[in-house]
Parts: sequence; C-alpha cells; structure tokens
Amino acid sequence: MSLAKRIIPCLDVDNGRVVKGVKFVDIRDAGDPVEIARRYDREGADEITFLDITATHDNRDTIVHVVEQVASEVFIPLTVGGGIRTLEDIRRMLNAGADKVGINSAAVFNPDFVREAAERFGSQCIVVAIDAKKVSLAGEPNRWEIFTHGGRKPTGIDAIEWAKKMVDYGAGEILLTSMDRDGTREGFDLPLTRAISEAVAVPVIASGGVGCLDHLADGVIEGKADAVLAASIFHFAEYTIEQAKQQMASRGIEVRL
Amino acid sequence: MSSVAVIDYGMGNLHSIVKALQHAAPEVDVVCVSDADSILDADRVVFPGVGAIRDCMQALDQSGLSDVIQQVAKSKPLLGICLGMQALLTDSEENNGTKCLDVFAGHVLHFPESLKDCDGNSLKIPHMGWNQVHQLQQHPLWKNIPQDSRFYFVHSYYAQPDDAALMAATTEYPDAFTCALAQDNVFAVQFHPEKSQAVGLQLLKNFLHWDGHA
Repeated sequence: MSLAKRIIPCLDVDNGRVVKGVKFVDIRDAGDPVEIARRYDREGADEITFLDITATHDNRDTIVHVVEQVASEVFIPLTVGGGIRTLEDIRRMLNAGADKVGINSAAVFNPDFVREAAERFGSQCIVVAIDAKKVSLAGEPNRWEIFTHGGRKPTGIDAIEWAKKMVDYGAGEILLTSMDRDGTREGFDLPLTRAISEAVAVPVIASGGVGCLDHLADGVIEGKADAVLAASIFHFAEYTIEQAKQQMASRGIEVRL
Repeated sequence: MSSVAVIDYGMGNLHSIVKALQHAAPEVDVVCVSDADSILDADRVVFPGVGAIRDCMQALDQSGLSDVIQQVAKSKPLLGICLGMQALLTDSEENNGTKCLDVFAGHVLHFPESLKDCDGNSLKIPHMGWNQVHQLQQHPLWKNIPQDSRFYFVHSYYAQPDDAALMAATTEYPDAFTCALAQDNVFAVQFHPEKSQAVGLQLLKNFLHWDGHA
C-alpha cells in the first residue's frame, strides 16, 4: 500500500479548443475541452492539466470559462498553465475552480513572483513548469538548460539548479518538459527527469515525448517521476487512461485503478 | 430543505467544495458564509482550509470564528477538511508552534525529513496524490466507501491525536498516520473529498445525511 503514481492528461487549449502540435507546428484540432475532460475523468485520470496557448490576450477569458465548466462536474485536481503572470491571474484561475496553476516564463523573468505566489496562495497550488533542453555535446556530462518561448530561447540557466531554486522559492511541484522530446513521441528524456526528481524534495511531473504506454512506465521507473503527463496519445483515443494504468500496473507501478 | 454552511474565512478557494457538496446532494442548500449567525443557523458545517496554520488561526481569531467553530463542535455535524482538520487539534508544530482550536486533543506534526519507501527511493514532501484510506472503525461517513479506497491528499503536516480511539482511518506514507478523526458529532479528514472523485462525493453525501451520531 502506498501513494499511487499519477497519470495526468494535458489539454493544450487554443481559443477554447483542444489542439496538439508537434513541436508547435502542425496543430491538429482535438475537440471540445469540457467533453474531453469529462471523458478523462470517467477513464480514471488522476488530475487534468490545461495549458492555455491562446496567443491573443483578448481571448484569455475562454480558458476561465472552460475551467469553470469542468470544475463544476469533474471532481479531481485541475491545473491551469499558460500565460500566468500576475497574482491576479492566479486568483482568477483558482476562483474559476483550478486547484493549481503552472508558472513558466514568468518565473524565469521574475523568480520572486513564485515566492509571492506561494506566500499568497500556498505552495500546494504553485506548480513551476520548466522547459529544459540538453546543451551538453556527445561525450560530455549531461547538462540541461532552461529555454523560453516554446523552446526557442536559451537562458543560460542550468535546469537542475533552477529546479532547486524554484522549490526554495515555494514551488509545491515541478512540471518538467523536455523540449528535445516534446511532440516527438520518442519517450521522456529519462536522464533529465531522474536528475531533477532526485535533486528536489517536491513531486516531479514528467512531460514531453510520450508516444506509447511503455514510455509512461519508463518515466516512473527509470525517470523516478511522481507523475506522468501526456497529451496526444490520449486525445485521439489511441489509448485510454485506463489502458495506461493497466500497463503501468503490469510493470509493478502502484496506480489508482 | 436541510442546509450546510461552508465556512469562508479567506483561507483558500471554496469553489470546489461548494460544487462538490451541491453535486453530492442536490437537495441540500449549500451556503458559503463568514458570519457567526449563518454558521450557527445551518444544520451542518464544513470547515475547509489550505495554506499555513498561523494565517488560518489568525483569520479565525480575528473574525471571532474560533469560538463559533468550538460551539458548532459541541452541537451539530461538523466536517473538517485538510487544514480545517489540523486546526481542530490542540496545536501544530507549523510556524514554530501554533495554538489551535483543541476540539481533538492532540498535535499536528511535520513528516520527518528524508523519508524512504521500501525500495529506498526518497519520498516527496508534500505528500501529494492518491493514497489509500484504511478505515479503523464503523462510521456513518464510511457508508458505501470500500475499505482502502484512494483519496486525494496534499499536505506536509499530519494530525496525531492523544487518544487512539479517535482515529477513524490511517494512511501509509511510509508509516501509518491518522488521515481521519471522529469524535461524537465531529469528523475530520486530511484528504480532499471534493477532489477525490466518486468516493469523495460519497463521503460528502454521507456527511450531508449524517445526524451526528456514530
């Protein structure tokens, strides 16, 4: 008997629709977020994450409505990320029914924002999202850096040091995305996941690259992740959450069935 | 129509708990209130909370709600959730020691540092996610909830009552800790029933039909 490893489907939402791009191009429409969230809940998702990728500021309210609707009928933890820059943004999402918010670029530009957010709302609802990319060359010891702007802009910040710093500042959880793997379906960057998970005391969610169910189990067993996040393999009903859990259980991982 | 008051004292977001109560028992009138009269008028009271215990106790003391909750604890069904459970103990070691409401005699402790699971992996703090709840006693709030069901937790501190007879359930992380307390008309849980899908809604439904007797 112990704590279950979590499976978290992620919905990338653009103007109120679920989309999923491969390395941010070729965006495919995957449907209505409320309907998809309902399905994931029925299939046994442990949490649901919404990533708002709406580019224009004017349409930001659409995600608030999505969260409100989902939160009134789906009773599992909900996280919202994308465009969270101010304490007011956080308050709005929590009031809409989110349990946690993901802070990404805003943390890089102003780390104190994470501290303020954790002090104000509690660490339990502050997830710091880290987009990391390998910068070491073949033959060198592994080294990853934080990237912003969808993986295009390097910051020179070491990913492991950054994760530790964010936890010191009050992050209650780390959502770690490998920008090398995101959208590739080649599996998580396992050395990166393991390095971060072993470096911090808070739970780490592995993200980026899931293409089949075995990748999820690899993230937990080899990557030491506390939770695994995937988008496209669930959206297009290639696999159900239930199948993913059965597969993880068959590899000896404790899951909520 | 029976009513349930959710105590709003500025500690955290009550949206989820209100929605979950409405969903669990549509025939019950759910109100979110912060004044003594409305709380004392309701048939049942839910005392939620997230965040730090010192802020929580300050908010309760300043608003006069500490006395109201202690009064409710003597008179009608009361459900403490998460920080709301912890605030019902005598004191907490969080924030260098914080005096609490003393409805349940006992203390709130931090999980020890460097916990390991049976494979030697470090356990993360906060204890976050779905863990099994092992019922230790028959209680109306456990009705239709299978033994060892998984509920959603997120916390770094846990309650330890002086009297083990008050323990209604335990959870292992990695050692067993008290995740539910029961005493007369008061029930308290460390997990979040409002975020624990079907079993959580069942527990809320049980509470909304509970007459306060074990």
